[in-house]
Amino acid sequence: MSLLKRVMSGALMVSCFLTGHLWAAEAEYSKLNLRPGVTENSQRVFDLHMEVVWIMFAVAGLVFAAILYSVIRFRKSKNPTPAKFSHSTTLEIIWTVIPMLILIYLTKPAIELLLDMEDTSKADMTVKVNGIRWKWEYTYLDEGFSFVSELSTPESQYKDYARTGTEKGENYLLEVNNEVVLPVGKKIRFLLTSKDVIHSWWMPDFAVKMDAIPGFINETWTKIEKPGVYRGVCAELCGELHGFMPIVVRAVPQAEYDQWVAQKLEEKAEAERLAAEAAAKSWSMDDLMAEGKRVYEQKCQVCHQASGEGLGAFPALKGSAVATQGPADDHARLVIYGRGMMQAFGTELTDAEIAAVVTYERNAWGNDTGEMIQPGRVSELKAGN
Amino acid sequence: MAHGHHPTGIKRWLFTTNHKDIGSMYLWFSFTMFLIGGAMALGIRLELFQPGLQFWEPNFFNTLTTMHGLIMVFGAVMPAFVGLANWLIPMQIGAPDMALPRMNNFSFWILPFAFTLLLLSLVTPLFPDGAPNFGWTFYAPLSTKFGPASTDFFIFGVHLMGISSIMGAINVIVTVMNMRAPGMSLMKMPMFVWTWVITAFLLIMVMPVLAGAVTMMLTDRHFGTSFFDAAGGGDPVMFQHIFWFFGHPEVYIMILPAFGIASHIIPTFSRKPLFGYASMVYATASIAFLSFVVWAHHMFTVGMPVAGELYFMIATMIIAVPTGVKIFNWVATMWQGSITFETPMLFALAFVVLFTLGGVSGVMLAMTPVDKQYHDTYFVVAHFHYVLFPGAIFGTIAAVYYWLPKWTGNMYNETLGKVHFWFSIIAVNLTFFPMHFSGLAGMQRRVPDYNMMFEGFNQLSSIGAFMLGFSQLLFLYLVINCIRGGKGKATDRVWEGAEGLEFTHLPSPAPYHSFEQAPEVK
Repeated sequence: MSLLKRVMSGALMVSCFLTGHLWAAEAEYSKLNLRPGVTENSQRVFDLHMEVVWIMFAVAGLVFAAILYSVIRFRKSKNPTPAKFSHSTTLEIIWTVIPMLILIYLTKPAIELLLDMEDTSKADMTVKVNGIRWKWEYTYLDEGFSFVSELSTPESQYKDYARTGTEKGENYLLEVNNEVVLPVGKKIRFLLTSKDVIHSWWMPDFAVKMDAIPGFINETWTKIEKPGVYRGVCAELCGELHGFMPIVVRAVPQAEYDQWVAQKLEEKAEAERLAAEAAAKSWSMDDLMAEGKRVYEQKCQVCHQASGEGLGAFPALKGSAVATQGPADDHARLVIYGRGMMQAFGTELTDAEIAAVVTYERNAWGNDTGEMIQPGRVSELKAGN
Repeated sequence: MAHGHHPTGIKRWLFTTNHKDIGSMYLWFSFTMFLIGGAMALGIRLELFQPGLQFWEPNFFNTLTTMHGLIMVFGAVMPAFVGLANWLIPMQIGAPDMALPRMNNFSFWILPFAFTLLLLSLVTPLFPDGAPNFGWTFYAPLSTKFGPASTDFFIFGVHLMGISSIMGAINVIVTVMNMRAPGMSLMKMPMFVWTWVITAFLLIMVMPVLAGAVTMMLTDRHFGTSFFDAAGGGDPVMFQHIFWFFGHPEVYIMILPAFGIASHIIPTFSRKPLFGYASMVYATASIAFLSFVVWAHHMFTVGMPVAGELYFMIATMIIAVPTGVKIFNWVATMWQGSITFETPMLFALAFVVLFTLGGVSGVMLAMTPVDKQYHDTYFVVAHFHYVLFPGAIFGTIAAVYYWLPKWTGNMYNETLGKVHFWFSIIAVNLTFFPMHFSGLAGMQRRVPDYNMMFEGFNQLSSIGAFMLGFSQLLFLYLVINCIRGGKGKATDRVWEGAEGLEFTHLPSPAPYHSFEQAPEVK
């Protein structure tokens, strides 16, 4: 295999040279081929891939050589009188049996590898991955905390409708606000599910791609061997911003991981304390509006738009019945529990954040209902009162 | 002539029951859809020319990929093959017409209405939340709970297309089973007829499955059922099983007739009989049978039990064997032949070579552990465009060049035909070959934007796509030019090495009612 690999990388370099500057600059990853990745299985997947590539090159090469030979040697000018033969049982048997043997040869390593890839037993830790249009929620089940991770590339970098070209960072569309931190050398089990449609959690460097399906839980696993930052994407079409929900994993040594977990737990305790404080106090209209605007821009704007006018399937809030006519309680319930395409935010936002965003939506863009709702009321609504 | 009376003008086309008229309408309809679907593909390639969103909102981009797929599959490829079947099957089996001419008329005239329904979804005032945007595979719950209002138009459009296909398939089977000339036993049938009969059985088996899938979508959307919603006891993955139980045979529906076409053109221009006729028939039948038992290889990442994954991997790999047999037989047909390279032969050769490429990437995709990396990337897009464009489309183009002189009585412009070929083959590779690389390097399907590391390959693909699209206008010109006289009269035999009743027993152009008296086949 190592000889094959050397030949392959040689061939790639030649093609890089031939195709000029477009791919001449060699980055972290091959721009032409699968990556060997940083786990034992990703390396095995890569090796199997290369093996199949070469066998398939050979098969196609033989066929093409025979065609080329026929086209040159048996053209009418070279071979004016065609032969008359039209069948040969021996040949038919040969070219039925040989491909079968090749396939049997390929099947064996594939079966072994697949059985290992599907063996999620004896994991050291478990992370739950929840796909939500268009972000990922990660829950560390053993440690007991969770966070949401979404695209951090600003809109100004990808919205180029003026066609003037925008400045783009190196990890354009492959960067997130909250990286998933995982320890190296540990068998990590992932449990995947989804809140809305089918997503697919794909991390090329781990050779892990698993669908996140609403109402079901899928399992997969990895064991990262090398510390580093690894980038992946959602691979299953999940709607408008399917191309904008990347995955970033930072793999670190165990000690660093433990430190990160401790920090996360501290942040969690602090956030809970602040949330409780915020929920207990009575907010002024101005405070609710300011906080509501912040939450709206972060969570709601992508669908309902900054103008509150909605877009396509996403309804307008400006002047809508929910935001201007119906009671504030119903409006808050909709944010807490979701409806149809609308995501349920009850667990993702704190009571104060929900109260603020509902108040904001009832008073922004000329909705001007003058009504506000306090975090305490949201808490009651959550409890079903 | 006993059947000399036929209406003229629009009535001729509306009420015709003639297999040639209906065949022509199918082919023109298909070409129109090919241009519409192609324009959408160019819209996709325009946006993907460089990173960043320059032209379309992401949602409209998803609409483009969805409509491109649906229109090409159901509007361009399938009607093209039915059109060819209409034109050729009666002439090839020595019959005057198709067995069920009125149904033939009906099955065509359903199509314009089906596609009007589908295309109406693009009219913004009717559907402010847009046209179908969930991919041509319309996975639930993206298409059910989250589909736009126009999804219902899509559902009824698909129902109509399915009815049309089933009627076309019934017509082919009834015609071939009952109207063959005396002496033409099954194992003497031309390969195109064989491949189409097998295709027709596939259609009759799977189109009702598709109809079931969209009906379940409809009731999930409006009548409170939960076939595909786990919250009500259903299963979104079941949708994929049902869809691909239709979808995989559908893939072969789109390629088997092209196999048949190549099996006519290659012997003609090699001046040598088709090598291994019987094994070609058995290989086609095996491929068709296997197509029913491999569907879940499209779903290796949904979390199937490992035993299921192993079974679907092995069953899928077996398909390579009969497919290989067909390719080897074509090569053996050329071996020691006396080959010339008229345009149909060039397209048929390109078909064999490029279909082989699509075939070997297919073997790679069959292997479950590596497929989990390839799945839903541009590698898959490269693979299926290699079997569909140089496969189904080149097959159809080759057939049109090959039989056009028989249909019109005129020769097309050979020089321009070759220009069309060279533009097409360069462009098709420029468009789709780089997609192998961008897919392997990590670019996922169905995204309007990407990281800069994929820019080079996407630019090549976009340039190739525009070249490919516009060079098909040359084909349009060539066909119209040929109908209007072209490069002079064609002989009855048309090609030196041509075999088959349509060349040996019929004049060029072929008479309106092909064979008024059945020929004797020895």
